Amino acid sequence: MSEVRPEPGGRLGAKLRRLDALIRKESRQLFRDPSSIAIGIVMPVMLVLLFGFGLSLDVKNVPVAVVLEDPSPGARRIAAGFTLSPYFDARLVASMPQARNLMLRREIDGIIRLRPDFARQHAQGTAEVQILVHGTDANTARLIQGYARGAIAQFAARTAAERGERAEAGPVAIVSRLWFNEANDSRYFLVPGLIVLVITLIGAFLTALVMAREWERGTLETLFVTPVRADEILLGKTIPYFLLGMTGLVLCVTAGKYLFEVPLRGSLLVLVLVSMLYLLVTLGLGLLISSVTKSQFVASQIALLVSFLPAMMLSGFLFDLNSMPTAIYLITFLVPARYYVALLQTLFLAGDVWSVILPNAAVLAVAAVVFLLLARAATQKRLA
Amino acid sequence: MTPAAATLPLVARGVTKRFRRAAGDEVAALKDVSLETHAGALTALVGPDSAGKTTLMRLAAGLVAPDAGELTILGIDVARRPQEVQDRVGYMPQRFGLYEDLSVQENLDLYADLHGVSGRERALRYAELMEMTALGPFRDRLAGRLSGGMKQKLGLACTLVRSPELLLLDEPTVGVDPLSRRELWQIMRRLVDERGLSVLITTSYLDEAERCAHVAVLHDGAVLVQGPPATITREVTGRAFLAVPPEGAKARDLQALLLDAPDIVEAVPQAGRVRLVRANAPETAATQELLAGCTLVPTQARFEDGFMALLKARARERSTVAPRASPQPRGRPPPRAALPEVAISVSDLVRSFGAFIAVDHVSFSVRQGEIFGLLGPNGAGKTTTFRMLCGLLAVSSGSLRVAGVDLRKARASARERIGYVAQKFSLYGQLTVAENLEFFASAYGLRGARKEERLAWAAREFELASFAALPSGQLPGGFKQRLAMATALLHEPDILFLDEPTSGADPLARREFWQRITRLAEEGVTVIVTTHFMEEAEYCDRVLILDAGKVLAEGTPAEIRARAPEDGTHVPTMEDAFVAIVEAGRNGARERGVG
Repeated sequence: MSEVRPEPGGRLGAKLRRLDALIRKESRQLFRDPSSIAIGIVMPVMLVLLFGFGLSLDVKNVPVAVVLEDPSPGARRIAAGFTLSPYFDARLVASMPQARNLMLRREIDGIIRLRPDFARQHAQGTAEVQILVHGTDANTARLIQGYARGAIAQFAARTAAERGERAEAGPVAIVSRLWFNEANDSRYFLVPGLIVLVITLIGAFLTALVMAREWERGTLETLFVTPVRADEILLGKTIPYFLLGMTGLVLCVTAGKYLFEVPLRGSLLVLVLVSMLYLLVTLGLGLLISSVTKSQFVASQIALLVSFLPAMMLSGFLFDLNSMPTAIYLITFLVPARYYVALLQTLFLAGDVWSVILPNAAVLAVAAVVFLLLARAATQKRLA
Repeated sequence: MTPAAATLPLVARGVTKRFRRAAGDEVAALKDVSLETHAGALTALVGPDSAGKTTLMRLAAGLVAPDAGELTILGIDVARRPQEVQDRVGYMPQRFGLYEDLSVQENLDLYADLHGVSGRERALRYAELMEMTALGPFRDRLAGRLSGGMKQKLGLACTLVRSPELLLLDEPTVGVDPLSRRELWQIMRRLVDERGLSVLITTSYLDEAERCAHVAVLHDGAVLVQGPPATITREVTGRAFLAVPPEGAKARDLQALLLDAPDIVEAVPQAGRVRLVRANAPETAATQELLAGCTLVPTQARFEDGFMALLKARARERSTVAPRASPQPRGRPPPRAALPEVAISVSDLVRSFGAFIAVDHVSFSVRQGEIFGLLGPNGAGKTTTFRMLCGLLAVSSGSLRVAGVDLRKARASARERIGYVAQKFSLYGQLTVAENLEFFASAYGLRGARKEERLAWAAREFELASFAALPSGQLPGGFKQRLAMATALLHEPDILFLDEPTSGADPLARREFWQRITRLAEEGVTVIVTTHFMEEAEYCDRVLILDAGKVLAEGTPAEIRARAPEDGTHVPTMEDAFVAIVEAGRNGARERGVG
């Protein structure tokens, strides 16, 4: 065997060739490993479908009973408001015990009771409608309550208008309008939130797992004693998972726009750019976690704890940041996902609002640089 | 640095490396090690477990930095400029990090790319490596689906995609069957003889060390001796003998007794006799009595004899198995139920995994109190057979009686009477030694006084008392093995299954281990064992050789040995016989396949 000649292309050429080899190796492993495919492709698709179709937070066709103890036209009109509403699947019953039985059998989730003297009270302007809600699912209960109130208020407003009365004389009607989400469709905020989850999963969780696997299986020990440099190993991991993350983004945005008809009011380019920033943040975090823990199990637990759960709970995706206790609200500033959620919600529902985009994007950029540098510092070609 | 030193592949001067253990205390893996290896030659690093061999390899590869001293690899200070060393050496760690989800070819490509080997050069090199390793037909197979021996060969091929200036091999032959081991050695020999490659290799096979130009014996992080193997062998010249035991006596029983004699530094069974090395001291009356009735034939000393003499001298203070002379309670309580003469009988046993037949119509029987060896290359079906015998795996067809019980009908009652030590350390690493013993005692249903008695027995018999509070994951290698044995013996099983118990163990630990096994057999326990150390088959009463799921040979070690070809140069060994039998079996299979 002859001695190896100097590589063509000089040092940079050699570097690029090594990087190319690492990326090809990583991609092959990615496509052959069922668990990577599960987390990278199957999970996003499942989340999209789950959140898009199943987990909608809207109330639709809620089974309720309307107890019509007063057969007056006014009461019938309110009852009709419920039976015709798309939000309720209402059935009319004649008495309270009947309704109570239905509720106990969980055939209905709520009772709207119109008392025998409803017409008389209504004429006096002091009509009462009793709403009973099954409280086991507090969230749904609150929503039913809200919709029912809305329906009754609508009725009140209409009758007042018919009588030609001025608003101050009749019962006060609350006119609310939801900005940016006129249809009050929870998909409008669920789909952007989904993008955060998918990118966090791929960037932090999956990357931490595959890097820790290399430590665990001893493949890094062998790789270290070659001309390969530590930064090439990191880049060789970052680039394939970056591409996978962008695939996840495309899946989610496409599903959001065409399957669930969520508007994208801002520019697609800005959306892609800020998503890249956030993806880099999560990749840096994932690589850092795996380099420190060097074990798949610990890395996956930590990645879930410091990236995925905060992205779900503390980013403003599921829970409103402003209604959190102060201490937790302050913690949310440490969660990179928070800035990304703000960006996504703005881009999807409001548009290119630069006063929101620029500061949030700047925070993400700084976080990306910090995490990637930390990951670089933590990855040394040393075993102990 | 002298100009001569610059050309040596490895020069260590006062190298020291300490590690902090999980328990918080510091251990010195290497203490003031000074060492030189020679260019264009094989240098072996040998020594018992935790002697510091792997640490030295990692230091040489630039993966770990020394705490003190100077280590120069190919004239480069590896602590300061590790990358330069890593660009020029080939390194194969104990567990070579093959990417198991990549194919043979893809693994090779990766390393060729990383080393910048391209074009025509690569094509030439691949052809050569394929010829050398015989991996050609398996190029598209995923590395994870290769047998142990093939994996090692692929690992070696990956480090050889370009000519390294120094090859660092850490235990490349552990867990590799004798055939693959021979092939690996042929490859290494060729590299050294034809290309003048410098190789540093660690091994626990002393016959391998003997084939190297230089040997360094490490012990407790320090170099005991270094030089050509002959310098170590020379120490025991004239002291090696073969003792022919009197008619009817078992060589292994004599050997077990001799091993404890103060004036005998080495004793192993060999070809129905006992190979022994006398100490440089006058013989005691006790030994004279032991050897009474034996014929002593002087024999040529070998490296292993010298090595054992060296370590024995060091380890005399370290206690081994309690000497036979001590008034310990001997013998076992009578078996709980009368055991049939035949402890295990297997007939027409078949186990298939889909289309693959792992065990193909295997029949054999093991008598009570026998040591029965199950030998075969990697992937022969030994572990599968074991798992069926222990009731861990269902049988595809055939019959299986263990301790007189049909395993298909009454697994639970058979399990009470067997002990099983798996190939991998399968105790709870986070639990202490005492907690592990306690747990397994409860798991076997031991209670009250009997439990206390058995726990005390385990601590005494295996000398685990001083480690009782140590998490078992942190035990030194040999003691992990002892703990595994202790747990398997807590419920006084009648039959003990041991799957490659000595794989990766050092020579001292292996002798200790076999001494225990011999004693157990004497007490009436039936022992079934697999091993890749062919000379260990000499401890067995009978041996079965399996390959590709089929029985190739069965018989006493003497009968097996008789099947080795005579080449006139040396007395055929067990390994010669094994290789001949397996190769003949494979040739036969190929011919039948063609016909």
